[in-house]
Amino acid sequence: MDDMVSAILNGSRRAVARLLTWVSDEAPQATTILTQLYPHTGKAWVIGVTGAPGTGKSSLVNSLAKAYRAQGVLVGIIAVDPTSPFTGGAILGDRIRMRDLSGDSGVFIRSMATRGSLGGLARTTRDAIRVLDAAGFDIILVETVGAGQSEVDIVRTAHTTLVVEAPGLGDEVQAIKAGILEIADVLVVNKADRPGATKTVSALRMMLEIGHPSARTHMTQHHGQLLQTEYPANRIHDDAPIWIPPVIQTIATDGNGIDELVNAIQNHRDFIQAQGLDTLLERQRIEIELHERLREALIQRLLQTTPNDYFAQVIRQIQSRQLDPQSAVNAILTSHADLIS
Amino acid sequence: MKKNIRILIAKPGLDGHDRGAKVIARALRDAGFEVVYTGLRQTPEMIAEAALQEDVDVVGLSILSGAHMALVPKIREVMDMNELTDVPIILGGIIPDEDKPALEAMGVRGIFGPGTSTEVIVERINAIVNKESGS
Repeated sequence: MDDMVSAILNGSRRAVARLLTWVSDEAPQATTILTQLYPHTGKAWVIGVTGAPGTGKSSLVNSLAKAYRAQGVLVGIIAVDPTSPFTGGAILGDRIRMRDLSGDSGVFIRSMATRGSLGGLARTTRDAIRVLDAAGFDIILVETVGAGQSEVDIVRTAHTTLVVEAPGLGDEVQAIKAGILEIADVLVVNKADRPGATKTVSALRMMLEIGHPSARTHMTQHHGQLLQTEYPANRIHDDAPIWIPPVIQTIATDGNGIDELVNAIQNHRDFIQAQGLDTLLERQRIEIELHERLREALIQRLLQTTPNDYFAQVIRQIQSRQLDPQSAVNAILTSHADLIS
Repeated sequence: MKKNIRILIAKPGLDGHDRGAKVIARALRDAGFEVVYTGLRQTPEMIAEAALQEDVDVVGLSILSGAHMALVPKIREVMDMNELTDVPIILGGIIPDEDKPALEAMGVRGIFGPGTSTEVIVERINAIVNKESGS
């Protein structure tokens, strides 16, 4: 175990790859190693890349990684693709667009399948990021599954979130709906050489003018419930500067606009740090993660201590209208009072 | 049984026909595997690098060009140099019978010609991963 920890801290690629497998498989030995690695994390800047399928996320990640490598920093990439809900299998195809990065030992690319998670990332993506962070990667690019309107886990994971759009995907009403556009720290209109790019840019700018969700620190909703995070008294006041997401046009396949995008990401990072928001945002992320892990652990324990046929029986009762779902939950909780009291 | 078997499907060499590789990738997905698909024209170095970073259980190569006797030993060599000695290679494509003994001697653990049913391939991968790697 200690060998594994020191191999990771020394950046051994084989060790990183193997630990990422253990982390994805939620293998017991991963927990012990992550515990020892945790004090060495928190140094990397995590950039989330999300957007609808076909907008060019993988190509953009490829171009961004090249730009960061030109600056000499180490780049870790986690690319998430969906698991089939029917077979449990997955096609992980993001590397196809990242072939420019092969042969560079300053880049590490890992594909992950969602394995049943619905928010655009795998449940273990956060831990995978920590592995790359501890292994010394300075920038970690996290590409989500092709996202629709509600796969917003990335904003609870990344420091800077890019939302990638392409011309011709929607009108102005799409742009003012809640969801994925709201989470953008930087909006990217990729494939900017395609017809309609200017229209897409102006639709996005219009959305930003109509009203951007003021300070990001108000938005940490979690399953419909606004989390009570403790705000420093001097932090949130009406005249606090607000980050307005820039709209950057790129053509990822030939590198056009990538320098501007790298600058925009840097500006966002500088803004967050200058305002002291990084500490606050990190605290919020930790709080959300803690809630998620607690919920997961509780339900696992509950399932382990409940006989299988009990659930079958309850489901039959609900189906035959003898019992309603909420009363069933209350009954299960009462019978497990030892777990929660 | 190892859960979540990961397999790399790669097309080394210069031939541009990846339909077979895509069909296999899809069939393996349907069998519940996680398939890392890297696309056309992969060099031995690219294949070894992807196999290492993705920590796959098996590397599946699709070769239709007839260059398998040149490509396979080179890929095996680069993988071994990257400490991937324990990662088996399987091969699909147009492979003449007389080449099979030599390929098997190089450590190729399965050779599948045109028309092989996907069940056979899936069964072979399961056998390789579960029995022979011991995990």
